[in-house]
Amino acid sequence: MASFVHRIEVHFTKDPRLKTRTDRVRSLGFPVDELHLADVYTIVTRSRDFTRDELVQVAQQLVNPVVQEYTVDEATLPLFDYAIEVGFLPGVTDNVGTTARQTIEDFLAMKFVEGEAVYSSQLYFVRGQMPRPALEKLAATLANPLVNRVYIRTRQEYGQKGMDRVVPAVELHELSTAEPVDLEISDAELMKLGKEGILDPQTGQRRGPLALDLAQLHTIRDHFRTLGRKPTDVELESLAQTWSEHCKHTIFASSMDDDVPRGLYKTYIQAATNEIREAAGEKDICVSVFSDNSGAIVFDDEFIVTHKVETHNSPSALDPFGGALTGIVGVNRDTIGFGLGAKPCINIYGFCVGDPETGPSLFRGKDASNPVLSPRQILEGVVRGVGVGGNCSGIPTPQGFCWFDNRYAGKPLVFAGTVGILPRETGGRKLHEKTAHKGDLIVMVGGRVGKDGIHGATFSSEALDSKSPVTAVQIGDPITQKKFSDVIVKEARDLGLYRSITDNGAGGLSCSVAEMAKECNGCHVHLDRVPLKYHGMAPWEVWISESQERMTLAVPPDNLGAFMDLMDRRDVEATVIGEFTDSGRCVVECGGRTVMDIGLDFLHDGLPKKQLTTRFERKANPEPVVPCPGRLDAILLLMMKQKNICSTEFITVQYDHTVQGGHVLGPVQGKGRVQSVATLTKVVLNSKKAVGLSQALFPSYSEIDPYQMAGAGIDTAIRGLVAMGIPPDTIAILDNFCWCSSDDPERLGQLKLAAKGCYDFAKAFSTPFISGKDSMFNDFSGFDADNNPVKVSVPPTLLISSIGVHPDAAKAVSLDAKIAGDLVYIVGQTREELGGSEYFAYLGSPGNTVPVLDAGAAKERYARLASAIAHELVASAFPVSHGGLGVALAKVAVAGKLGMDLTLPVPDRMRPDYFLFSESLSRFVVTVAPDHKRAFEQALGADAVLVGRTGGSRLRISGRVLLLDVGVDDLEKAYKAPFGGY
Amino acid sequence: MAAAKRNIKRPVVAAKAPAARKMIPEKALIMSGYGINSEMETQEALARAGMASDIVHINDLIAGEQRLSDYRLLVFPGGFSYGDDTGAGNAYANRVRNNLWDELQEFLDGDNLVLGICNGFQILANLGLVPAFDRSYGREIALMPNRGGRLECRFVTLKPEHESHWTKGIERIWCPVSHGEGNFSCSAETLKKIKQKKMVAFTYCREDMSPANGEYPYNPNGALGDIAGITSADRKVLGMMPHPERAMEFYNLYDWPLVKEQARREGRPVPKESPNMQIFKNIVEYFS
Repeated sequence: MASFVHRIEVHFTKDPRLKTRTDRVRSLGFPVDELHLADVYTIVTRSRDFTRDELVQVAQQLVNPVVQEYTVDEATLPLFDYAIEVGFLPGVTDNVGTTARQTIEDFLAMKFVEGEAVYSSQLYFVRGQMPRPALEKLAATLANPLVNRVYIRTRQEYGQKGMDRVVPAVELHELSTAEPVDLEISDAELMKLGKEGILDPQTGQRRGPLALDLAQLHTIRDHFRTLGRKPTDVELESLAQTWSEHCKHTIFASSMDDDVPRGLYKTYIQAATNEIREAAGEKDICVSVFSDNSGAIVFDDEFIVTHKVETHNSPSALDPFGGALTGIVGVNRDTIGFGLGAKPCINIYGFCVGDPETGPSLFRGKDASNPVLSPRQILEGVVRGVGVGGNCSGIPTPQGFCWFDNRYAGKPLVFAGTVGILPRETGGRKLHEKTAHKGDLIVMVGGRVGKDGIHGATFSSEALDSKSPVTAVQIGDPITQKKFSDVIVKEARDLGLYRSITDNGAGGLSCSVAEMAKECNGCHVHLDRVPLKYHGMAPWEVWISESQERMTLAVPPDNLGAFMDLMDRRDVEATVIGEFTDSGRCVVECGGRTVMDIGLDFLHDGLPKKQLTTRFERKANPEPVVPCPGRLDAILLLMMKQKNICSTEFITVQYDHTVQGGHVLGPVQGKGRVQSVATLTKVVLNSKKAVGLSQALFPSYSEIDPYQMAGAGIDTAIRGLVAMGIPPDTIAILDNFCWCSSDDPERLGQLKLAAKGCYDFAKAFSTPFISGKDSMFNDFSGFDADNNPVKVSVPPTLLISSIGVHPDAAKAVSLDAKIAGDLVYIVGQTREELGGSEYFAYLGSPGNTVPVLDAGAAKERYARLASAIAHELVASAFPVSHGGLGVALAKVAVAGKLGMDLTLPVPDRMRPDYFLFSESLSRFVVTVAPDHKRAFEQALGADAVLVGRTGGSRLRISGRVLLLDVGVDDLEKAYKAPFGGY
Repeated sequence: MAAAKRNIKRPVVAAKAPAARKMIPEKALIMSGYGINSEMETQEALARAGMASDIVHINDLIAGEQRLSDYRLLVFPGGFSYGDDTGAGNAYANRVRNNLWDELQEFLDGDNLVLGICNGFQILANLGLVPAFDRSYGREIALMPNRGGRLECRFVTLKPEHESHWTKGIERIWCPVSHGEGNFSCSAETLKKIKQKKMVAFTYCREDMSPANGEYPYNPNGALGDIAGITSADRKVLGMMPHPERAMEFYNLYDWPLVKEQARREGRPVPKESPNMQIFKNIVEYFS
């Protein structure tokens, strides 16, 4: 059918962002005089056309006439040399387009039908002369080829007519229904099937990896042999999703060597929690661990708090913005999908990326083709993605970190976490429990299903480079999610309208429905009832698509009317797609045919067990040979500028960290605005209590000693909370393992040690794990600039996130030095432990002696400090971490804009620079009012060493002699310099 | 179908029911839906000041299930309605104008108040409810994208410019901004009129209360004349970018740990409430 296409272009008469935008592009090295911008709406209809008058009225709905102008079907004609238009590829979520469509529908009281839409794009007008290659490079910084389409025109080509009216509609051919797949083939063929996917009978192309290994494929083949039939493509794809590393965590579940027959998870992580809970008895803080979408602990008598941290690494490597956005809104759904629906109340983030000052030097293809995105582009993209997700969803994002290491240049790590709040009971129902019943209806709520995110969990980067744009990484739509989040956790839940809920994440419906089916032992789904973004999807695609913003619920038939009515009034699409049964089977129908019929026991527990072997050998690294300088002034200033130490406040201020009204101790603290490693947020406004969050990771220790690396993470994550006054016995932790090459026995050897560290140190602190996640293959394979094949693996990375409950927010302690004349204490022992430290990295040699954790001593110290804070004896407390005492003291001084005069107890045998920058664990810098000297020293015992006083405007540190004397202003400048221009 | 369930009472999540406080009989309607997100803390702030409120989804208002005429205060709270697509507050304002305009006119005819915070101010500006010199409600001001081109979340100091029932008794507001589009803009003529009619409610200023004069970060977004909030010509409507409801208590304030230490050393009592609450108390006083 012919369609009518109109184009409205909107621009500011005087764009306030012009200077910032132009400066930014110039800072990237482009000789641009000015960079103007117009927003473009391409309106496509089929059933009717719009009159000129209507289009003008529509345009007036889309602009603010006070500051904006528009054109209808005419080119915007500012002064420029080149025009670059950036739109979305077909099938990519276009939130602005959707909002414009809704506005038009509302205004003209009409509905867009199938094949009609509004598409948004951005039109950049470049002033300045640039050769074509530079222009294309500029376009590449404005767009990502995986999700964007780009058109470039010179002024002359643009003429009076402007850009073309392009309609990025998805064109699909009708696909076949379910196909049987022959598994009675050679092992070589089976392996190809597992690696590259099912051969599509129509296109002759492989459909993308199933990520099933030979043993798994044999098990599937044998299973269907006994059934006497071939599996369908739906069944095979479904098994591949359910059995994926992503869903089943096969490496953590597998038997390992002779000594870990039950696997790392059961032996180390789960066992630690079980034993800690048992020992705690009535004082057990855990409510729900490992079994649900998040873990949960006690908040008070009325509420529980949940926490979950996810990673979204591969998508973020390809589309940093979309990947990170999907990561954060995805983990929000792990909150909404916890129990009967927790309200997301705090987001956290973590980014491990390459040094943003370095360019892209890695290529996916030969001959310098298909370069990876530059670390800076990745950093800025993921920063924006998590920001947009949290900001639009009304969830504060106070807590987070960046960690820089060029081993993340091939594949960045993006951590996204969410804390939720949930009443313990409503109307006699325990809200952390849920059970679908036989006969309950399967209802899908939220966005529609498209071809986006097919094989999301298993797609290799090579496959994602192929020209199949509609299956590219999905862009999240926070507003669609916000709409169903609000109606679920603020209305439907407490009306008791549904019995179970879970999120559609990896594997889409195939995983969410099959997972819930365990609760009642069966499900029956009608795939042709699933609402689609467009026609022409094959059943297997509908079943496993990872299109975002969807939840699956179990609604009892009696409540269906009320439930659907409520969803309708909140403008949330909800569709009954089947019902839960007790047949013991997962049955899927499409077009009247059964396309899947598998026993739940085989689907969930049929995968063959693996036996893994590991190896570990300690390697000796060179020790630094640089002698200790006489004075350390210059070195401290340089240390403050290290990327893993300096301020990344540019992230903090673009993340809303005050929404929901619970800001107590935020991401930056003190007059000097220093970033904290822990934050405190009220999640129940009328309670005295508050939730503390912290995170810690030590990837630079991993290659030296993975066992102590785990200890450092656990100690530091707990310590961040204790420094604010949170009692250690209210704290729980989460583990996120992001490993590399996990088929290599040596990497597995490191993993095993780290997991053992988790067990030993969690037990020693009595701090339970409540949730965790692993991502085992964070490797990049490609080519360097000289066309040599290279593999870049991330350093084994374990992020420990902590959550704890502060009993009285009004007594919390911030990190900044407060008042001149206060006493400065160092709490805890400093030893010569600089292996993997920031100082040794600066000296160019990792060394061998990482900090060794004495968890017993630490535990006692933390209880004493928390008690001293509860008695309001402490004016400030800061946990010593990366960069050691020197950096910690400088940060406390900068935060308070207050000098210090200190004499440190440097032992005779120890180099003063090593004393200053050693990263020994379990230490704090504390300031105390002189009046509280005696009480504080009594509370802390010999652990606290008085080293001097605050005052003046200089940080003056002596050991046996004067070591440094630096202006606090200069320290602040150094601390804030590296990311000052971001 | 359970028709009885249609009259849904919104449970209050994560804010325990306020302790029995003395409430005035007049009630507030707090708008929600489509990405509005500060409705609960706004409800809490009003409750603490002594005014009860209902959070009402805009669709329930359009469907006639709730009536604006049952309320005396209408609040458009903060949020990211429609993800700021097509301009912050624009799409939500369109939805109000296209569906609720008559009801809103009637409400404005009565002795009622309207408050818009952040996204709410953006909605009010797009609806023309401020400045509304002559009640023709055309768009005369804009809240453009921040000069920095991205969201800015930080504490700002506000100075009340002209006394009205909104700003009475306020010396200083110290609360967060958190917006991507708060850059107040209008024609020179409009600005002159706004100033002449004493409609500037709050300006951004330095910590010593001297004018920000456009300087970042005191003026966080580049707002013309450092304007953070204005009232309508008839004073019934207040729109402001900063969020007083996000810092209700003393320990929500950015610098509270330092102020607390100073107070303790000097033997002064440590405050419990933040001065920002005065805005909500003023509303209650207006109706009392």
